Amino acid sequence: MTIGSIKECLEAHYYCGEEYQGDTLEYCYSCDLMSDVLAYVKNNVILLTGLVHPQVIRTAEMLDIRAIMIVRGKRPSEEIIEMAKEGGIVLMGTRHSLFTASGILFGNGMRGEEITHDENAL
Amino acid sequence: MKMHYDVEGGEFINVGTASSQFKKTLKMLGIGADIIRRISISMYEAEINMVIHANGGSIDTEITPERIHVVLQDQGPGIENLDLAMKAGYSTASRQAREMGFGAGMGLQNMKRNCDELQISSVLGEGTRVEITVYLNQES
Repeated sequence: MTIGSIKECLEAHYYCGEEYQGDTLEYCYSCDLMSDVLAYVKNNVILLTGLVHPQVIRTAEMLDIRAIMIVRGKRPSEEIIEMAKEGGIVLMGTRHSLFTASGILFGNGMRGEEITHDENAL
Repeated sequence: MKMHYDVEGGEFINVGTASSQFKKTLKMLGIGADIIRRISISMYEAEINMVIHANGGSIDTEITPERIHVVLQDQGPGIENLDLAMKAGYSTASRQAREMGFGAGMGLQNMKRNCDELQISSVLGEGTRVEITVYLNQES
């Protein structure tokens, strides 16, 4: 999906990065735990999260994540938006819950990271 | 090429500043994206640990044609049981660290997985030294 169509599907709005709306992303990772994001994200994903903290942007930056969707209507601070701008990261917000936003994207063909977890997994 | 970074303790908002700056330098040097990503993840995990557990410290990096070498040194409390700390899921992180999405007990494992060599030496009451190496001329 293009970033622009993801935004439309989730009735979202841009905090920054609207200029990248034509870029395409195939994968999605939905998570509030940045430790997991750092450990499991491999593909070029959009990160869906309800965590609003500068470390979300730092984590995305380290993993070359191009786009972040903040769910549950949470609002990032100006500092967070500035960090995203500096990193060339698209930052968006939606009123949907993490589950609903993920479901809408899945229904539109977005794929999840190919991970299955068991008790021996990292 | 050598660089030095001071990491402030207690400033959870600024965690990752050194890793971010180092990543930009690696990009400017034209180093491969996969190598940059691996060293960035390892260094960032280590930088987070330094702030969460040791009230900051210092980071020295060296880039040669063969490898990227990152040394993180702190004067924190040290790691009591390194084998236990390496175990997935084990964590002594504070509530504050967990609130910003960390402290799941996976950082050391993730560091190890993303670099070619990881050496950790720690003395209780004196501090911890973490050395991360990623080689430039070999497949991961």
